[in-house]
Amino acid sequence: MENAQKSETNNHRLLKKNGSSSKKNEKRGKALVYSSAAIVIIATLAITLFLGYKGIRTFFVFDVSVWNFLTTTDWDGTENSGAFSFIFGSFAVTFLAALVAAPLGIGSAIFMTEIAKKWGQKVLQPVIEILVGIPSVVYGLIGVTVIVPLLRDNVGGLGFSLLAGMIVVGVMILPTITSISADAIKAIPQDIKDASYGLGATRWQTIYKVIIPAALPSLMTAIVLGMARAFGEALAVQMVIGNVKGLPESITDQAATLTSIITLDMPHTTYGSVHNSLLWSLGLFLLIMSYVFIIIIRFVSSRRKV
Amino acid sequence: MSRRIINNFATSVFILCAVIMTATLVYLLGYILTNGLSNVDWSFLTTNSSSAMEGGGIKNQLWNSFYILVVTLILSVPLGVLGGIYLAEYARPGKLTNVIRTSVEVLSSLPSIVVGMFGLLVFVQYAGLGYSIIAGALALTVFNLPIIVRVTEDSIRSVPKKQKNASLALGITHWHTVKTVLVPAAFPGILTGILLSAGRIFGEAAALLFTAGLSTNNLQFDTWNPFNSDSPLNPFRSAETLSVHIWKVNSQGIMPDVDEIASGSAAVLILFVLVFNVTARVIGNIIYNKITGSK
Repeated sequence: MENAQKSETNNHRLLKKNGSSSKKNEKRGKALVYSSAAIVIIATLAITLFLGYKGIRTFFVFDVSVWNFLTTTDWDGTENSGAFSFIFGSFAVTFLAALVAAPLGIGSAIFMTEIAKKWGQKVLQPVIEILVGIPSVVYGLIGVTVIVPLLRDNVGGLGFSLLAGMIVVGVMILPTITSISADAIKAIPQDIKDASYGLGATRWQTIYKVIIPAALPSLMTAIVLGMARAFGEALAVQMVIGNVKGLPESITDQAATLTSIITLDMPHTTYGSVHNSLLWSLGLFLLIMSYVFIIIIRFVSSRRKV
Repeated sequence: MSRRIINNFATSVFILCAVIMTATLVYLLGYILTNGLSNVDWSFLTTNSSSAMEGGGIKNQLWNSFYILVVTLILSVPLGVLGGIYLAEYARPGKLTNVIRTSVEVLSSLPSIVVGMFGLLVFVQYAGLGYSIIAGALALTVFNLPIIVRVTEDSIRSVPKKQKNASLALGITHWHTVKTVLVPAAFPGILTGILLSAGRIFGEAAALLFTAGLSTNNLQFDTWNPFNSDSPLNPFRSAETLSVHIWKVNSQGIMPDVDEIASGSAAVLILFVLVFNVTARVIGNIIYNKITGSK
């Protein structure tokens, strides 16, 4: 009798204790999860604010004119410096690389989703994953040791050129474009493809008239994501583009990009100098561009039909 | 008839695209490995690097790469997994969740050089860490966090709803369910993601140039006191990693065997990245087969 009562209170106590500790655990877990989520926001805000502050400072503390900075090409590290040639270089490399990678990537994506569905996927999936995994310095190294000499011998000039940057960065963004395009094409319902084949269309007609139009917004997203990666790529570009501060006159000329100038000049400038501050403004430009790319991607993918 | 010819032509163009892409990869790997591995031997892996003389190795750089990788994972995995749990389990549709999703998107699309600049400003200068392993690892955490968050969210979302409901129906609290049901079930996916991200961290250089620095001490591998400046474990010393070494040797190196060092280092770097990728794939496959019961 006494025993039973005792065990009952024990049970009661156990239950109660268990209950309150699991409630505590629940709270602690929630706190952990929420604070991690908060850190993600804080990190993003901190990057935006600190880079914004350092980048905008140039125009207030050193009286550099924004217009002059964005449109002139004379980069000498003084208040009159203009960054247009680097902005131009970055955009040139980005668009040229997309010109290489978009057709190849979308073509490969169609191959693995529509032409050789089984083994195409099996072969190309690892190819994509390994290409993504190759570090950018290795791409740069191959650019310097293979592509630059090849261009020097066959095209002329020094080899270090926009063209070399286009090839290296084109290969780098190829896997990004291919894998997102392949996902987009896979997401198209089989029904509409069957309908097209049912009408007697050939595979090419189906691809061209049905698949590509249906997947177009996602394919655009793939290309813009690839371009965003190209725009921000630093070391591989810096190693092959020649880093000459001036506007290139042709595709075989040496050039410089925002990232390559930051990479090269940052270690040689004194903290707080005009030159150093100008580099932070270039960094801010890169940051703004990555926001712009996100906005473009949102806009393009909001028009997705499938 | 002509439409069949066009069709065949188009098919061959698509095949050509795939062949070009595959051939590029085969060439890249073949070139790096055949060119590089001939320069790699035991002494290359175990001697200090040299700044002007012939015959420098990559011992310290290799160690630094692994050390920074480990510190980065220690910092970014718990944060990223918890963030992913938030998005998969706790986030209610609304403004806050949108802000977090946008943040993850912004972080993952930041150019790594911008992350490096941020690290230089905040960790190296403002926090006074100097060029150091810890500053480098913090910068790489910013870079790796969004990847882990996404992988975790996807893996948790792909756990069947029934498992979660069964646990909740037993009266187990939400957090306890997350800890004992959802995370273990999602673990294979998370692990695969972590290994893939490890490959990326291992090869990253741009974010480290201004944070972990371009130089390294000749480490004394018998001093394990983390406060000794030559100790391999000291997190406050500057540390050039393997990928930064490739870049530096290539752009500023004055030793006579620049090409050999660069290609040897690239081969070692690629081998480790491949090991991470292949392990991730193998683990992913084993677990996929176990779950689906195929094979």
